[in-house]
Amino acid sequence: MTTTDPALSPRTLARQRRRASVARFWRQYRAERAGLYGLAVLALCALLALFAPLFVGSDVSSVTDAPGRPMQSPSAGFPLGTDQFGRDLLGLVVWGSRVSLLVGLLAAVLSVAIGTLIGVTAGHFKGWYATVMMRITDWFLVMPTLVLAIALATVMSRSLTTTVVAIGVTTWPTTARLVRAQTLAVETRPYIERARALGGGHWHIMSRHVLPNVMPLVLAQTTLIISTAILAEATLAFLGLGDPTVVSWGGLLQDAREAGAVSAGDWWYLVPPGIAIAVVALAFTLCGRAVESVLNPRLGVSR
Amino acid sequence: MTADATPALVEDKQQTAAGPRVRKGSAYPRYLAGKVAGAAVSLLAVLVTSFFLFRLIPGDPVKTMTGGRQVSAEQLAAYRREFGLDLPLWRQFTDYCGKALTGDFGTSYQFRAPVVDKITEALPNTLLLTGTAFVLYTALGIFLGTRSAWRRGGLGDRVNTGLALTLYSIPSFWLGLLLIIVLSVGIGPIPGMFPTGGMESGGKEGFAYVVDVAHHLVLPVVTLVAVEYGQTLLVTRSALLDEMGSDYLTTARAKGLRDDLVRRRHAVPNALLPTVTLIFINLGRTVAGVILVETVFSWPGLGGLFYQALSVPDLPLVQGLFFVFAAAVIVMNTLADLVYPLLDPRVAR
Repeated sequence: MTTTDPALSPRTLARQRRRASVARFWRQYRAERAGLYGLAVLALCALLALFAPLFVGSDVSSVTDAPGRPMQSPSAGFPLGTDQFGRDLLGLVVWGSRVSLLVGLLAAVLSVAIGTLIGVTAGHFKGWYATVMMRITDWFLVMPTLVLAIALATVMSRSLTTTVVAIGVTTWPTTARLVRAQTLAVETRPYIERARALGGGHWHIMSRHVLPNVMPLVLAQTTLIISTAILAEATLAFLGLGDPTVVSWGGLLQDAREAGAVSAGDWWYLVPPGIAIAVVALAFTLCGRAVESVLNPRLGVSR
Repeated sequence: MTADATPALVEDKQQTAAGPRVRKGSAYPRYLAGKVAGAAVSLLAVLVTSFFLFRLIPGDPVKTMTGGRQVSAEQLAAYRREFGLDLPLWRQFTDYCGKALTGDFGTSYQFRAPVVDKITEALPNTLLLTGTAFVLYTALGIFLGTRSAWRRGGLGDRVNTGLALTLYSIPSFWLGLLLIIVLSVGIGPIPGMFPTGGMESGGKEGFAYVVDVAHHLVLPVVTLVAVEYGQTLLVTRSALLDEMGSDYLTTARAKGLRDDLVRRRHAVPNALLPTVTLIFINLGRTVAGVILVETVFSWPGLGGLFYQALSVPDLPLVQGLFFVFAAAVIVMNTLADLVYPLLDPRVAR
């Protein structure tokens, strides 16, 4: 038996155990077909966004030396047509994926980080700290997320940081709730008592014992929040609250509306960015649901 | 002796007060008071936030009001006095709170009209739009969700769930714009059948007016229903799936009830319990989430007003609307909390 082998250090053992659980997770995840599709789409989009500079060049968003005439419908030269400045829409949509994905990821990471921090600490330290933190969480929970995000984006300067902060600061409460519940459950287990008896401090218990146990939940939550964040980014950009100097999918839709593409019936201008948003948001949702149902089999059956 | 007797006395009193009634009756008023107090605290917090959040906007509100025109210093000072902007911040804050409690949110910078008037003017339009959409998507979500769960794993279930998830991932404003292009402007063989925006064409009265408004209502409502029904569907579906293994359903079937009677009379009412909370929360959320759809369809409601106010920015109007949106969600959440124990007595202890 490897577990009793005295030659193995605890560190090696821990690493082995972790590798085994990752392998088990992947085996179960593979059984979720929708999750696999989502993952494949995401991998494709990530590759496209990463290697975008290879096929579209950073001057794609330049207004001054645009390659085509304004508002051309799709043709061999411009497969998706051109915008009001004569820029290639295919290039813009590919280029826009970089900002949309980046903002979605960063906002979700910020949101989940805040939620996890508050959730773990509120679950670990009981008493007035937890009460105050949970009151704040509840308050954020009842606030209409979109309205608050719009308000925040309005009062700050127009930049990507603003968008990330506005989304991150308004979407964390659900994570905080979930993580706190899980923390409370973990803290009642005997090994936490053992760690405390051996002299483990607050930091040790939270980082070494509680955090690894809430990590799977945090992972599922991040995946689900990314899709919310991507939609929120598109919404803010569409309302003209994004950074006007960068190209994003929501920003393209706003440009289309301002250029009169709607009343002119230029559907080819509006369709691609919207489909891109929907496909990526759906892919993240599918992945998130698959991760959730692997981690919580009871949910997996009922969903 | 006295120390021993007091708790017993108190207990006695409580028992006589609650004695003949059901246990629910004794717990509910306290539960109700707690929830209402919590909601009041939240509303106050929203009021405070709405004041301070929008003071962070850089720039001078008076300059925005004059729209960059050349104005003399005396005139600027007069504007400041008119809107109370010459007072120190804490005086502005106390004034704001005091007036807000009496329902006065100040005067809109751009419309030169009381904020309350602008809000009450737009509110019925928003309620018409969200109300219609809310009824439709709730009914559709519950109907399809039940069907889906009852035939779990079948083709219908997979199509339903997939469609709901897809529509849920679509930005509402994009769907609205597409509907306008396809059905209002018209492409190819499809003629423009619906108006591109607004709420009425004007100059109509009586029944013709009602028809006209309904005609304008179609596309915004379709957009809202499409993006919102998915959530209700998924929640109803998983709630019903949780009930499906229950013994009482086996009993109902064993006594020979038809399948759809088992579903309608036994399974669905129980499965709807968790959905009720969602329904109320959705109602509050829809009022706030209608900003985009109203902007896209130029619907003269609260959301469109919010967008207009933001672009100025018209501080008093933004503050007032922010308060209304947040209050809608808080009030609906509280209502959900209050109704739930009446439907499911287990919750109220």
